[in-house]
Amino acid sequence: MKTEKEVGIKGYAGYVPKYRITPKEIGDVWGKDGEAMGKGLRIEQKSVPAPDEDVVTISTQAAKWAIQRAGIKGNDLDAIYVGSESHPYAVKPTATIVAASLAASPHMTAADYEFACKAGTAAFQTCMGMVSSGMIKNGMAIGADTSQGAPSDALEYSAGAGGAAYVIGSEDLLATIERTCSFTTDTPDFWRREGEKYPQHGGRFTGKPAYFKHVTTCTEKLLEETGKEPEDYDYAVFHQPNGKFPMKAAKKMGFSKEQIEPGLLVPKIGNTYSGAVPLGLAATLDQAEPGDNILVTSYGSGAGADSFDIKVTENIEKIEEQDVPKIEDVTTGEEYISYAVYAKYRDKIHGGG
Amino acid sequence: MAIPRFWREIRQRYKGIGSTCNACGKMYFPPRDICPECRRESFHNMEEQELEGRGEIVTYTKVHEPHPEFKDLSPYIMTIVEMEEGVRLTGHIVDVDFEDVERGMEVEASMRKLGEESEEGLIYYGYKFWPIDTHRPE
Repeated sequence: MKTEKEVGIKGYAGYVPKYRITPKEIGDVWGKDGEAMGKGLRIEQKSVPAPDEDVVTISTQAAKWAIQRAGIKGNDLDAIYVGSESHPYAVKPTATIVAASLAASPHMTAADYEFACKAGTAAFQTCMGMVSSGMIKNGMAIGADTSQGAPSDALEYSAGAGGAAYVIGSEDLLATIERTCSFTTDTPDFWRREGEKYPQHGGRFTGKPAYFKHVTTCTEKLLEETGKEPEDYDYAVFHQPNGKFPMKAAKKMGFSKEQIEPGLLVPKIGNTYSGAVPLGLAATLDQAEPGDNILVTSYGSGAGADSFDIKVTENIEKIEEQDVPKIEDVTTGEEYISYAVYAKYRDKIHGGG
Repeated sequence: MAIPRFWREIRQRYKGIGSTCNACGKMYFPPRDICPECRRESFHNMEEQELEGRGEIVTYTKVHEPHPEFKDLSPYIMTIVEMEEGVRLTGHIVDVDFEDVERGMEVEASMRKLGEESEEGLIYYGYKFWPIDTHRPE
């Protein structure tokens, strides 16, 4: 899919809560070798939101920094879409709260998206289409999550929190989005029923027929459409439910470790679901140079993948002078917590009185 | 808190919208319709003004006996911040150790959950503060 008019990224920023827990700490509680599990998943630690943080607060902070980087005001945004599978309300949009916090409302459109881990990139595509058609001048796409795994479930070792916001427009671009394509099927690898707190998943079924099939098919389709080879890209960002899957997918398709490492945040912050690819891309843009080519493929269970062919412009050099934190700034300064504090922060235990 | 009351205060809580008296230039937060100093001269002469969100710690304290709503955060730090615009705000300070907080420390506002009506009810969001260098390199 190619847009009629040139569109791209005008501003971006991410936010990750400061608390961390290690797989060892989790494993010790459940009688498992957490250290070995962490090594197997290539996760050293995962981020944990404070009790007063959720998808609204993470999105709001990222959005505030993203418009600052874009050099626009909240009311220059004509649309805001927030992709997440952990919206604080089942009914009542996150996007309206984010819009109010930026003073972007009321003369604009807003909605929440949900597509497991790829709701954020679905928001990218919506904004791209709306900007390209001339319906809007600037749109904001956010991917953020504070997802949870059930206590003792394999997901508990990886489910983190964080998100990133992007201003999509057609002028003063830091990077152009040359092309996008998607691959969508009905694959029941992971789900959460209405009213349930924790998700269910198909164990090993989440791998080959789900993540790998969708990520590789979609990426290869994009390469076919662009006529490019993996070595034509300076960087690649793949969805990262753990550290193992994106490395394996990259190797299979001919991408090197060096290409994906700058955007591989999962070992330090865990799987941030809808925030994962947006944060990985942000970390990559933080160190990109004019003319660099970036390939991005997200994955959402259920299932689907979105790929993007991105080219960095010379405007990227101006981010060095801006007073906007880079991803490295929001992922360092961590504070480690025990499983007991984690259980309190994640609402798994309640105080009395 | 009644729904209309929370809703009326959203712009103050999310965006720091206060008001400034055009007669004397003094800013008020929460916003006022009349300046208590200029009185009649300020009538229809008050203008909305947004706080930039940055200020300095005037004083602070650690709360060990929390309000029931803040039980999960206990012990937490409360602070009075003098904003760049001159008004003083009371709020939580987050993501910092009590030992590292000091008077005169530069802080900025970030949106956090302030509480909720109940597990089924409305979630109240608003400003809290963190040290300005929390997410910025040295």
